[in-house]
Amino acid sequence: MITTHLPALQIVVPLVSAPLCVLLGKARLAYALALIVCWAVFGISVLLLGQVLDNGVISYRLGGWAPPWGIEYRVDPVNAYVLLIVAAIGALVITYAKPSVAKEIGSGRETLFYTSYLLCLTGLLGVTITGDAFNIFVFLEISSLSSYVLISLGQDRRALTASFRYLIFGTIGATFFLIGVGLLYQATGTLNIADMANRVALLAENRTVQAAFAFMAVGLAVKAALFPLHAWLPNAYAYAPSVVTAFLAATATKVSIYVLIRTYFTIFGPEFSFEVMTLGPVLMVLAILAMLVGSTIAIFQDDLKRLLAYSSVAQIGYMVLGLGFATVLGVTGGMLHLFNHALMKGGLFLALGCVFYRTGSVSIEAMKGLGHRMPWTMAAIVIGGLSLIGVPLTVGFVSKWYLLLAAIDSGMWWITIFILVSSLLAIVYVWRLVEAAYLSPSPEGAPSGEAPLVMLIPTWVLMLASVYFGVDTRVSVGVATRAAEFLLGAGS
Amino acid sequence: MSHHLVIRVIAKLLIPFILLFGLYVQFHGDFGPGGGFQAGVIFAVAFVLYALVYGLDNARRIIPDRYIRAGIALGVLIFAGTGVVAMFLGGNYLDYSVLAHDPPHGQHLGIFVVEFGVGLTVASVMVAIFFAFAGRGHKIDEKEG
Repeated sequence: MITTHLPALQIVVPLVSAPLCVLLGKARLAYALALIVCWAVFGISVLLLGQVLDNGVISYRLGGWAPPWGIEYRVDPVNAYVLLIVAAIGALVITYAKPSVAKEIGSGRETLFYTSYLLCLTGLLGVTITGDAFNIFVFLEISSLSSYVLISLGQDRRALTASFRYLIFGTIGATFFLIGVGLLYQATGTLNIADMANRVALLAENRTVQAAFAFMAVGLAVKAALFPLHAWLPNAYAYAPSVVTAFLAATATKVSIYVLIRTYFTIFGPEFSFEVMTLGPVLMVLAILAMLVGSTIAIFQDDLKRLLAYSSVAQIGYMVLGLGFATVLGVTGGMLHLFNHALMKGGLFLALGCVFYRTGSVSIEAMKGLGHRMPWTMAAIVIGGLSLIGVPLTVGFVSKWYLLLAAIDSGMWWITIFILVSSLLAIVYVWRLVEAAYLSPSPEGAPSGEAPLVMLIPTWVLMLASVYFGVDTRVSVGVATRAAEFLLGAGS
Repeated sequence: MSHHLVIRVIAKLLIPFILLFGLYVQFHGDFGPGGGFQAGVIFAVAFVLYALVYGLDNARRIIPDRYIRAGIALGVLIFAGTGVVAMFLGGNYLDYSVLAHDPPHGQHLGIFVVEFGVGLTVASVMVAIFFAFAGRGHKIDEKEG
């Protein structure tokens, strides 16, 4: 019985436990519940991926209503892969969360934090699993509203304005997406994604469909923080509590990219998106600008969370660049970077959380001599930094390698130059960090000692994973390739 | 508003009827116009009116913040929990047909319970929002438990 209900349980388990956290009331109980639930959710996502890889697409009828009338949860190789990423990060971050939350968010608001966290997780998983376009919007709002709350819990009062700014941007993005869905509903008369895809294929010349495409593309680009619509991201990441930054950086933008992929490749199909609407050049130009501008701005940041936030803008550029090629190799590179970036950026933000826990600051000043004061945390940051640059034996190298291959394969070798330049810029900002941590002396009386083990272990799990998947690429590349083939095969 | 005797008396007279009308809209929702959202708002209006006339502190004494919080959470839990019950009875999530001896009765029962959850959450959220705005300065109580 349980196995047939896995798609529903993936969403229902965190959804039900969020209000339970409020009712429990005590921070310790809420944490215990959230911890158990997040790991259960991770287990479910592993089982789902296994089922999909063995038996193909799973369809679950919510409320027993058959698609295309009812809401359908549809798990295929693409979203099973994204579900796994989101659930894994969710579980690792919650394991790490307790000391950091107690310190940064303070008593009284901890249960609120765990509730919002579970709701955010529910929303992100829901966006990924659902096969209904309107349902995507609903879950997008669940995850966004809870992430506004999560960001506003930051200690710095600027967290409030950052959160409000994100609220405005996020609402505009979601509204654009909804307008697009509305127009598509008008043109096709259906909300089910699979059904919609069949009907849209016959309507390529239809103005309504083209307008819907434009609205959805722009709306999702805001949610995914694609340059130049990334303005909400740096402050939101910089002023949110460390745990929240790590969680959102590794999941929220990834899920938005996933919805972008779904929209371009499944709903509209690669032919419509890339031939009729000529999306390829648009995406590539924006992606390259994101890579260069994001990395350049990152060099001049003194707050390390902001530095990594701008680096995220650049990394989102890499993912979108891969999609822009619209070839199996390119999409594989993009999907691979989705996974790889979640590992390294999640790990890096967790490591910064450890630094903040000990020193109370994440400015470049606070990093001076940290290599000697917090050797394990700093080592994790260095591995993450190497991965951001794309040094061989790290995940960053693998995804950049696939992007290079895709560029050469598509005959656009000049793109490789931009990838290399952006990597060189990454060396500069990572070096600033390393220089401060290892080559500068510690200030007098600086706090010393490692963060608690419960924080260090999840950080290192992500970092070791980012090395492991950089060496043994069979699993990650295999799944990403299957997902890319599925996307390009299903659309044509 | 202690000197507005007329308003105080009329408000006291009206509040029971507002509450009753809220319940009517809630539970008659499956036969006539209405449902959880509308009923929740109407039900909350009674508390808002009380707070306007008799003061925020008195209203807070009637429904302390922790009850409001519990109401918000409980409503969501009732809605989601109905779906889970359906799952245990052999249907899909939110498939109300299995809740009773035959599908139409099951659907009826399912909607009835779910709408109650919606009503509870909406009423609690409305009151919470009003209290939060009206009580600016002394924030909604964030102490645990």
